[in-house]
Amino acid sequence: MQSIAENDLGTPARTSGRLLTLTIDDREVTVPEGTSVMRAAALVGTSIPKLCATDQLEAFGSCRMCLVKIEGMKGLPASCTTPVAQGMRVTTQNRQLAEIRRGVMELYISDHPLDCLTCPANGHCELQDMAGVVGLREVRYGYEGASHLQARKDTSNPYFTFDPSKCIVCSRCVRACDEQQGTLALTIQSRGFDSKVAASQDDPFMDSECVSCGACVQACPTATLSENTLIAKGQAEHSVTTTCAYCGVGCSFRAEMKGEEIVRMVPHKDGHANHGHSCIKGRFAIGYASHPDRIVKPMIRARISDPWREVSWEEAIAYAASELKRIQATYGRDAIGGITSSRCTNEETYLVQKLVRAGFGNNNVDTCARVCHSPTGYGLKNTLGESAGTQTFDSVMQADVIFVIGANPTDGHPVFASQMKRRLRQGARLIVADPRRTDLVRSPHIAADYHLNLRPGTNVALINALAHVIVTEGMVKEDYVRERCDLASFEKWRKFVADPRHAPEVLEEVTGVPAASLRGAARLYATAGNGAIYYGLGVTEHSQGSTMVMGIANLAMATGNVGREGVGVNPLRGQNNVQGSCDMGSFPHEFPGYRHVADDAVRSQFERAWGLPLRSEPGLRIPNMFEAALDGEFKALYIEGEDIAQSDPNTQHVTASLTAMECIIVQDLFLNESAKFAHVFLPGSSFLEKDGTFTNAERRISRVRRVMKPKSGYADWEITQLLANAMGLPMNYTHPSQIMAEIASLTPTFAGVSYELIDRQGSVQWPCNADHPQGTPTMHVGAFVRGRGQFLLTEYVPTRERVNAKYPLILTTGRILSQYNVGAQTRRTENSRWHEEDRLEIHPHDAEHRGVVEGDWVGIVSRAGETVLRARVTDRVQPGVVYTTFHFPESGANVITTENSDWATNCPEYKVTAVEVTRVSRPSQWQRRFQEFTSAQQALVGQADVFVK
Amino acid sequence: MTATSHRDGGERLMAMANDIGDYFRPQSREEAIAGIANHIERFWTPRMRARLAAYVAQGAAGLDELPRAALERLGGRP
Repeated sequence: MQSIAENDLGTPARTSGRLLTLTIDDREVTVPEGTSVMRAAALVGTSIPKLCATDQLEAFGSCRMCLVKIEGMKGLPASCTTPVAQGMRVTTQNRQLAEIRRGVMELYISDHPLDCLTCPANGHCELQDMAGVVGLREVRYGYEGASHLQARKDTSNPYFTFDPSKCIVCSRCVRACDEQQGTLALTIQSRGFDSKVAASQDDPFMDSECVSCGACVQACPTATLSENTLIAKGQAEHSVTTTCAYCGVGCSFRAEMKGEEIVRMVPHKDGHANHGHSCIKGRFAIGYASHPDRIVKPMIRARISDPWREVSWEEAIAYAASELKRIQATYGRDAIGGITSSRCTNEETYLVQKLVRAGFGNNNVDTCARVCHSPTGYGLKNTLGESAGTQTFDSVMQADVIFVIGANPTDGHPVFASQMKRRLRQGARLIVADPRRTDLVRSPHIAADYHLNLRPGTNVALINALAHVIVTEGMVKEDYVRERCDLASFEKWRKFVADPRHAPEVLEEVTGVPAASLRGAARLYATAGNGAIYYGLGVTEHSQGSTMVMGIANLAMATGNVGREGVGVNPLRGQNNVQGSCDMGSFPHEFPGYRHVADDAVRSQFERAWGLPLRSEPGLRIPNMFEAALDGEFKALYIEGEDIAQSDPNTQHVTASLTAMECIIVQDLFLNESAKFAHVFLPGSSFLEKDGTFTNAERRISRVRRVMKPKSGYADWEITQLLANAMGLPMNYTHPSQIMAEIASLTPTFAGVSYELIDRQGSVQWPCNADHPQGTPTMHVGAFVRGRGQFLLTEYVPTRERVNAKYPLILTTGRILSQYNVGAQTRRTENSRWHEEDRLEIHPHDAEHRGVVEGDWVGIVSRAGETVLRARVTDRVQPGVVYTTFHFPESGANVITTENSDWATNCPEYKVTAVEVTRVSRPSQWQRRFQEFTSAQQALVGQADVFVK
Repeated sequence: MTATSHRDGGERLMAMANDIGDYFRPQSREEAIAGIANHIERFWTPRMRARLAAYVAQGAAGLDELPRAALERLGGRP
């Protein structure tokens, strides 16, 4: 069922610059060439009856309801498949058309249950609507003959029900799966009367290839595919447009509501990032917000071995502030700090860094972007001039060759992956560099031209080899480089990469990538037209993460692939607001807008605005905070919306650091892993309970809108404000729009941003200022932000994390479609039905060598620690490489990752850990300790009445 | 940086400085020293810089030549 708040114009919009004028029922209309007659009619308010058409899908022309009369044309063409023509004259209603439509409807209704009053789609069913529109008054065929009315429901999927008795075989679900999602899991099975929708080989939905994106549910014109929440609760009475709180795609949704209760989430058709599409997380996995684990009352305790005590907000805030002040008085001003989160809004992260810089009086603020995309900020700033991706997502539709490096978008960024796959099905070429065979390498109608199956940790060698081929085979775009780049740095780089030591044949030993494949990929990227690079954490989470980002930027500049549609350097951000949390000054060395704290002019601007002196020296990064804590110099930490005890590497090191502190304040929805070491718990708010903005991977700022009041009483920005005031830093905002106004007043790239502008446009891509009052979809057009593009040398330095006889395998990590990062949200939803535990992927050769078979418990030992997971034997991973996800705390994935980190930013090297794997029969020591500690901590909160009702 | 338990802070800082040095190594000596010094100045807290200097001054071995020169330039003469 479509959104209750949107109109459907029948067929997709066209963007041709050539306009055509036609007459529809005596009304003149001018539309772009390629527009259908149906859409043109809808644009002047004439709704031509339809069933198989929707403006989310290409026209299909099967239902025969939308027939029209067109002057000079034979017969009665379908208006959905007929494009407009200049001077065309269309009649949408006459007696003949009415009789045909009524006859078609009569046939449909003869095989459809007449249970409208008890049907979930009642009142919003398109079949019901059309019966009314065509004036159906009787069904002459009767209901006694063969029918599908007894067809059995498929309730296997926890989120939606398939009721084939209501199906009219319009193929909208099949087409949605094909065109929108690109999974091609659905089909129309058999022919004629036996035609029916089938998932995979007529399997239950849950057992099929279906990825539960919900596109089919949204496309269904009847109640054949309905959300279970819609079936259970009935239809919504209003909707609120907001932004998804999962990945960095930042999909726009309409939260369909009954009062303060969510009925369902429907992706917003006009959403600029997602165009009406969604994934299983954004559409369905919102149950965590009211999960019984959710804590909604503040709690405090003096020691982590004490029971939690429920207290009032006043007491909690006063206690937190008094502890922070005590610690500063005892150990010095620098003994405390704060961590913001990419899961929080821009306004919230801005306030946390303001609290730290102005309230705590130091720059000890960092963000969880430290452990994902900090190298992106560093690498792109130093080469292109701005710490952000260069394109819109829509830009991929202009790409001729797509180069995916260290990213798995079908799992991590599924809605953008669907758009990318659409472009690939149109013929764009594909190169994938990944040590694992991701779905993009080969899936229905998709096949990578080159899969550069490199060894983990050799990214920079790979990028240097690609650059070597481009330079030595004369594929540099010399004009572009001459016009736009710093020539001295280019000449140095050219000489550097041309050195024979960077030749693919030489580096083949290092990377494991055959030289011929690498040369082929380099030639394809450099010469196929628009070349667009998309990369993820497989680039950044390495000891040379920043170097690799620079290498990518070098490659894009050398081939002229920056500064227009269809090209670019595109970091796929992991969490919803990675870009925003970085923009907002969450790093210890930078104010909002990536301006160094040592810059006197910038600092004095903030000092004037905030009314007090600020420090000019950088503060501690997260890993430095841990070290300082263990050295006895860092004693208190305010953590908003982040779970460092699960997400940061070398868990035992992290928990030892947390244990060494005297006051940890956790602001979160749940008693997460970090909260088990906390002394103050401040119950946070979900994205449904607050106003604000998120900034996605395209630099697109979108509104988060409150659809229900905060379950704990306060939105997160209000909690930070309470703490700031208690610390003596006055904050008196009454709405996040005021915070954004302050951000805009202090940040040149945000100068033109306001809630009013975002509401008017739907979203805004920064930079947004006097030069770009409506925002900037594509960056570096005409010139780079820094002036001339800077080429930087990227020597390959092998990680010190080496395999040897004791640790002969390399562990690398990633995430899966149904779960999200540390899993705090998705583990508390039905999504765990798809992924109920983290497993270790191991190649059949390595498994056989160790006597490991599918499902065995295996111990994974690294230099940092040991954990136990069950094995999945698969040739997705190459021999010598094992892989796991990290969504469950008890998995202890980060017990085995090390403290190796990127040289420039200290982003952890999650992607390379030397390990050994052996069959075992019981959990690791750490896992046993973890279970005991978890049980003890849960018991300490057990007496308090703090959970959501 | 692969410790399973806390290493002395100075040792970790030395490893970090060496990592920074490895990045700048392909550049000319002067550019490399300037680059390392600038990086440490822009991203390290004063206490981290002082701690590394003190650690090296105490006779700890292992700081590569380029970061050592950069540290000297920053005033933290080992």
